[in-house]
Amino acid sequence: MRAFSDRFIALVCALGVLAVLMTGARAGPYEDGLLRFTADSFDETIEGINTVATSGNALAAQVIGALQEGRLLFSANEKRVFVREPPDRLIDAASGQPVAGSAPSDLAPVRLNNRLRRIVEAALGGLTLMAPDAGKRFEAAQAVLKSKDANALGALDQAIPRETDARVKQALIEARAAVVLYLDNAPDADKIDAIAVIRQRGDQDALALLGGLPASASPPVKKGAADAIASIESGLAFWSALQNAWYGLSLGSVLLLAAIGLAITFGVMGVINMAHGEMVMLGAYTTFVVQQLIRAHNPALFDYSLAIAIPLAFLVAGFVGILIERGIICFLYGRPLETLLATWGLSLILQQGVRTIFGPTNKDVGNPSWMSGSFDLGQITITYNRLWIIVFTLLIFMGLLALLRFTRFGLEMRAVTQNRAMAASMGIRTSRIDALTFGLGSGIAGLAGVALSQIDNVSPNLGQGYIIDSFMVVVFGGVGNLWGTLVGAFTLGIANKFLEPYAGAVLAKIAILVLIILFIQKRPRGLFALKGRAVEA
Amino acid sequence: MIAGLVLRSLDRGALAFLATLAAIGVLVPVLNLALPATSPFHLSSYFVAVFGKYLCYALLALSIDLIWGYCGILSLGHGAFFALGGYAMGMYLMRQIGTRGVYAHPVLPDFMVFLNWPELPIYWYGFQHFAYAAFMVLFVPGLLAFVFGWFAFRSRVTGVYLSIITQALTFALMLGFFRNNFGFGGNNGLTDFKDILGFNVQAPGTRAALFVSSTLALMLGFIICRVIVSSKFGKVLVAIRDAEARTRFLGYRVEAYKLFVFTLSACMAGVAGALYVPQVGIINPSEFSPGNSIEAVIWVAVGGRGTLTGAVLGAVLVNYGKTYFTSGVLAPYWLFVLGGLFVAVTLLLPRGIVGTIQHHWREWRERRRITAGVPYAAPRPAE
Repeated sequence: MRAFSDRFIALVCALGVLAVLMTGARAGPYEDGLLRFTADSFDETIEGINTVATSGNALAAQVIGALQEGRLLFSANEKRVFVREPPDRLIDAASGQPVAGSAPSDLAPVRLNNRLRRIVEAALGGLTLMAPDAGKRFEAAQAVLKSKDANALGALDQAIPRETDARVKQALIEARAAVVLYLDNAPDADKIDAIAVIRQRGDQDALALLGGLPASASPPVKKGAADAIASIESGLAFWSALQNAWYGLSLGSVLLLAAIGLAITFGVMGVINMAHGEMVMLGAYTTFVVQQLIRAHNPALFDYSLAIAIPLAFLVAGFVGILIERGIICFLYGRPLETLLATWGLSLILQQGVRTIFGPTNKDVGNPSWMSGSFDLGQITITYNRLWIIVFTLLIFMGLLALLRFTRFGLEMRAVTQNRAMAASMGIRTSRIDALTFGLGSGIAGLAGVALSQIDNVSPNLGQGYIIDSFMVVVFGGVGNLWGTLVGAFTLGIANKFLEPYAGAVLAKIAILVLIILFIQKRPRGLFALKGRAVEA
Repeated sequence: MIAGLVLRSLDRGALAFLATLAAIGVLVPVLNLALPATSPFHLSSYFVAVFGKYLCYALLALSIDLIWGYCGILSLGHGAFFALGGYAMGMYLMRQIGTRGVYAHPVLPDFMVFLNWPELPIYWYGFQHFAYAAFMVLFVPGLLAFVFGWFAFRSRVTGVYLSIITQALTFALMLGFFRNNFGFGGNNGLTDFKDILGFNVQAPGTRAALFVSSTLALMLGFIICRVIVSSKFGKVLVAIRDAEARTRFLGYRVEAYKLFVFTLSACMAGVAGALYVPQVGIINPSEFSPGNSIEAVIWVAVGGRGTLTGAVLGAVLVNYGKTYFTSGVLAPYWLFVLGGLFVAVTLLLPRGIVGTIQHHWREWRERRRITAGVPYAAPRPAE
């Protein structure tokens, strides 16, 4: 035992020296290892792999990589080893220089079998643990964590003290713990320490590691693992609930965006605008057109495309909305069912119009750089586009609240909502308010279209997918109260996402629809119903 | 007593309408079957199939007109009852295939064999008997309408709210029927039918018989609707449509009236669906799509709601237009036409075709009456 540890220390020292002298070294373990490849025997090749892998030579990774891909050739006569680089170039494995002159005539690839392939993989994993690139080292550590390969232990022990990147160091320590945990002859104390490290990690991989412990493990280790599993599982349940809540928030914000314009028009005018979804679609297509123009004329501006599209989409959808109100809906006041039919017809026309102009296929709307990508928060992944949409939605919501609360237009709008006849008697031009309100609601639908273009397919049917959900939100939340819409949207969004893991996406949706139908029985006017005499009108 | 009720309910217009339907029901099959294909009066089997389809749509429109035109309930989910009736019939037709399917399984329909179902689900039991299937055609849509209406009307969900939740209902059903594990063939629905009551579905004779059945069902539906709307019951329905609160205050159980007429209407829609399926040869979940239900409403609006004959006329006219447009180079423009129809009818022709004619006819008669010195006050809605 003592002799072994001495020898081990000596080896580590030698490796350290080698690492320093890397380029200068000639006949060392690396060359010795290379020589073994020329013996054309599996056992010798294994020795060669291990020797080369632990030699610390800069070429080691290249050689083992070539071996894995069958590009490592040897000449038995000349006792030399070569690497074949893709466009038919031979490199001397010992020096790393291209071979001058003609190649030896008896070149043959170093043969591998399945047992060797595993050893090669492990060796490569160990080698990349010391790669100069931190990302590569991290990946290698993750690979070892999964493979639990005992051969990597030496490399890990070398790599951990030298590691400077905190994230990679953590990964290396966890990988080492995984290896130790599965090492047959490691003492129980070490294994229990390893369990503690893995427990800290607390994700699915950790669970798999602890759960896969062999039956031969000693009772204290088993108990430690079981405790750790219980703790990790409760942690994971917490994170998955949090992840569901996040998805729910994201869905809720989308629903809110789509429904808020509807809530305004329905609340103020009692008009069900079936063409609302098409306003959303128009907003999305405005974004598409803006991006096409930017791509064609000034690609540098691409990151600002959404900033340009937002006001444009509001104006386009708002303008169309006012046209609809003035052209059709204003003739149908007091006849909500007819309005519903007329706006449905309009939605067919708008859809077909867009289909005729832009074609029926999905349009490619790109994400600006600041909206793509994601980051991790604990165990949940948060994508930037979803995050920005939530922020955008809340901004619109607050802007709208302020508009209703602090401006003259908002005051008049609220007055018309609560009692149209009275508002008219007080000198408010209700027809003008109707038109502006309809424009506002449609404009906000256009804004929703800009946001949805970032996460959904932009096609003529875009609006159709949201119209029923938006109605559900408005009906659930109650009419004439934006807070009701907010609560309704987020409740439905989160409820949907929490039901999904148990019931699947479609059944969750059906369950939500049925629940709303039942809910309407209880509160026919929604969560936040307007109270007062005007309601029954 | 019933005969008396029926006779009293049929005025001259209704009798003329029934006679026209009867003539169509006799003439079309005769012209199709008895005349040789070379005769100028010969009607092709394609015509019989397409026109039979229109008649089923007309029955659906009639059922919508009964609740919308006379009771003010705008259901945007009547397509669901139509499709449920269709599925019940489709299940019967699937069971009739027997061993002639691709997998030749004696009990399980092809799609169940394909999806590795071990045995027939319980809700498929009994559908090999026509009588049971026919009962289900009425019972399933009726039950759904009863339960749904009981909840909705009891809590006084009215107007656009009701329209929206009926739409949600059919949407939810569509999502459900699209799923394979629902046991109704998922995306593909039920198709590849062979026999109905032992007769080949494709044979011209069977098609003609189905056509006649559709005509008879439509006539029967029309008579039922006529009896209802011309009775005292019908007057209460109209009162509910025009002033629901007042009717309630007068002591009528508004919910009960609505529930009865809604359930009856759903059963009629179910029958329409059941006759539709063997004629088109397929039923799939897209029949549940909310768009279909709204389209059916526009047939009624075009023909004139609250006229019954208008609903039938509207359904046939709009669907003829649809066939005409979508089978030629004009196909991309059909949705423009349909959408325009929605807008134009609501804005310019709120009474619909038949309604406008009736209106002018009555005005003309009234003017004659006034010139004859008989005062007459036309009833007006209260609200």
